Amino acid sequence: MSTGQEQRTIRCLVAKVGLDGHDRGAHVIARAFRDAGFEVIYSGLHRAPEEIVQAAVQEDVDVLGISILSGAHNTLVPKVIEGLKEYGAFENTLVLVGGIIPDEDRAELKAAGVAEVFGPGTSMQETIDFVRENVKR
Amino acid sequence: MSEAHVDDLVSDVLDGQHRALARAITKIENREPGYRDLVSALHTHTGGAEVVGVTGSPGAGKSTLVDKLAKRYRDRGLTVGVVAVDPSSPYSGGAVLGDRIRMASNVGDMDVFFRSMSARGQLGGLSTATADAITALDAFGKDRIVVETVGAGQNEVDVVRTADTVVVLVQPGSGDDVQMLKAGILEIGDVFVVNKADMDGAATTVTDLREMIHMRDGSPTGGAGHHGLGSMSNDDADATDGDDDTDTGDWEPAVVETVATEGDGVEDLIDVLDDHYTYLRETGELGRRERTRYAEEIRQLLRSDAADLLEDEIERHGGMDALVDAVQAREADPYSVADRILDPLADCVERRRE
Repeated sequence: MSTGQEQRTIRCLVAKVGLDGHDRGAHVIARAFRDAGFEVIYSGLHRAPEEIVQAAVQEDVDVLGISILSGAHNTLVPKVIEGLKEYGAFENTLVLVGGIIPDEDRAELKAAGVAEVFGPGTSMQETIDFVRENVKR
Repeated sequence: MSEAHVDDLVSDVLDGQHRALARAITKIENREPGYRDLVSALHTHTGGAEVVGVTGSPGAGKSTLVDKLAKRYRDRGLTVGVVAVDPSSPYSGGAVLGDRIRMASNVGDMDVFFRSMSARGQLGGLSTATADAITALDAFGKDRIVVETVGAGQNEVDVVRTADTVVVLVQPGSGDDVQMLKAGILEIGDVFVVNKADMDGAATTVTDLREMIHMRDGSPTGGAGHHGLGSMSNDDADATDGDDDTDTGDWEPAVVETVATEGDGVEDLIDVLDDHYTYLRETGELGRRERTRYAEEIRQLLRSDAADLLEDEIERHGGMDALVDAVQAREADPYSVADRILDPLADCVERRRE
């Protein structure tokens, strides 16, 4: 492939935030995204919101997938989104949340700027299709 | 991307905006329209950064070492850019870029700008994209830039070559690995780091490496009168700084032991890196290396641009399939096909020549 051609690839950050060691889902998603041809950056466990922001800004990702199973989503997710806004990165980043999110919290997360919430049982293809259709550039 | 956009992006990058830097690297990576103007505009503002390339086999501890290196640079008040290159899947083109997981020492410190890049299956283009990303980080004003890549294959070797100083990471007990280093990586290493130096076999690996470094100098007895084994310690580099005139300015690769997880030996490594840079500057090697790099970069660009031009011509001649059909049916041969496509171009160049 020559250097002259445009070579676009969807870049994703799969992030585990806060005190939550359950990363099987994040790993599965990371692999599925990779196999879909995306470039996936995995944050590793126990990241602080500001670390996620730093990574999302520097890596200039199209998609930020936050995996939370600890129940702290109402605190952590808005912090991440605030951080993205601070760096002017929010409007170009598709923010997704996956994990255990009670139905009554979904509206609040979406109001905060989350594009979609994917709970248990979501098929990989559904998530991948959603990313392809909604990526912001 | 319009010209105005490029100008805005360039001034934002020079202004120190992290987001702009990130966007600039994305444009470079994607080869988006306008990226050439972008790199051209940024090039004027480069030359301030020292670039260190780090390579070594998977699991040797590259990312952890780079993390600690970045931390120590920050402690010295220097700003740092990191480009970590990972392979991509030849099947899906996708990649999991995992080097960032190890960047734990620089949490929330935006003055360490860490960027993961995937190989994206670019043949030979990877080193160009990496070099352009380094240009962006340099123009942004980073004092030190670290390029990290798995040391397997020509692509990766090309990537590390974009650095002023090349660090090769080796882990203890990898006797056979050290043997394999002979094949290619040994020649490009300016500094060798035996990481996980608290493990069994570290001393042997250090000895093996030192022996091999001497062998590469063509002095298998261990120094034929100029540097004995004893002078291979970490502060050895001082001796080659220029006051030693039996040495015609040749850098003898240093061997440094580190335990990256603990940060042990990282100070020593930085000292050696500084020594090497001083050596490069004082001997004029820095300029020579830069010239070699730019020459290679220009050639690379010309090759790929010419290839693009030819792709269009191939299409105009009915596409590659049709051309191959003719060759396979013995109606034409590869040489005459190539000539037929290239001749008009050559004529054109001939006419346009001053």
